[in-house]
Amino acid sequence: MVTPGWYMTLAAVLFVIGAVGILTRRNALVMFMSIELMLNAVNLTFIAAGRAIGSLDGQLAVFFVLVVAAAEVVVGLAIIVAIFRRRQSASVDELADMKG
Amino acid sequence: MPRTAPLPLASFLGQRYLPPPPWGDKGYALLMVELIVFVLMAAAALAGAVAVIRARNTVYAAMGLLGTLLAVAVLYVVQLAHLVAAVQVIVYAGAVMTLFLFVIMLVGVDRNEDTRETIPHQRRMTIGLVGVLFVVIGFVVVSGSFDWVPVVGAPADPQLTNGTVQRIAGELFTGWVLAFEATALLLTIAAVGAIALASTRRRRQES
Repeated sequence: MVTPGWYMTLAAVLFVIGAVGILTRRNALVMFMSIELMLNAVNLTFIAAGRAIGSLDGQLAVFFVLVVAAAEVVVGLAIIVAIFRRRQSASVDELADMKG
Repeated sequence: MPRTAPLPLASFLGQRYLPPPPWGDKGYALLMVELIVFVLMAAAALAGAVAVIRARNTVYAAMGLLGTLLAVAVLYVVQLAHLVAAVQVIVYAGAVMTLFLFVIMLVGVDRNEDTRETIPHQRRMTIGLVGVLFVVIGFVVVSGSFDWVPVVGAPADPQLTNGTVQRIAGELFTGWVLAFEATALLLTIAAVGAIALASTRRRRQES
């Protein structure tokens, strides 16, 4: 029997993998993909929890997370392209100019 | 007729949660199918996730993310979230991944990533943090907190969470309609922001 807890365990592991990607990679695109990975892990948790309590609200929350993620990707990739046009690089370490 | 004898692998995954077989006599066979699908798709999702963070070539990372998204979509279908699964495939695997690949091709695939550590001991600290997190997850699993006990008062009928288009729309346009309208505003702002970022007119005027 696959209980909702097992979906949540899988989601937790996916989330940790995404967090590792954020913390270790320097390429802005890969970091973005890691964020998508973490958002998907959260979505899986929402769906499993919704099923566990017998409510559709989990699926509706996922719906809105999807919309926000899509908007975030649009703006984020536009920023990456704008930075790349100026600096010819997609590495986040190049962007330390505003460091105090 | 609820059978009490747990399936062999099922007992490993926690046997205390035994809902009444939702589809009559075939219920337990279907639960076994769910177990097999879960194991396969979990493996696919994890492999894709590891590919995202390990691949030197950014295109391979994007392909790994695509695999993870599709595997998670299958897991949505298994949990009766039909509309969400369809949206996941269309929006994520379709639109978002296309955008990602487009930007990867535009920016160029640079393989020799800078591996200098700007924060001292960054990788070692990451490994430590991940170790701690996995220990926490493992503890929760081993301690049996995930032998899910049904929430008191939760309806046992799986059809209640059957996410068909009609039911999702019914909820979306009644109780969640304010959030839905806010979403429209958010998407407009995102579109305007992306256009403003991509616009080159101002720079041409300067030069």
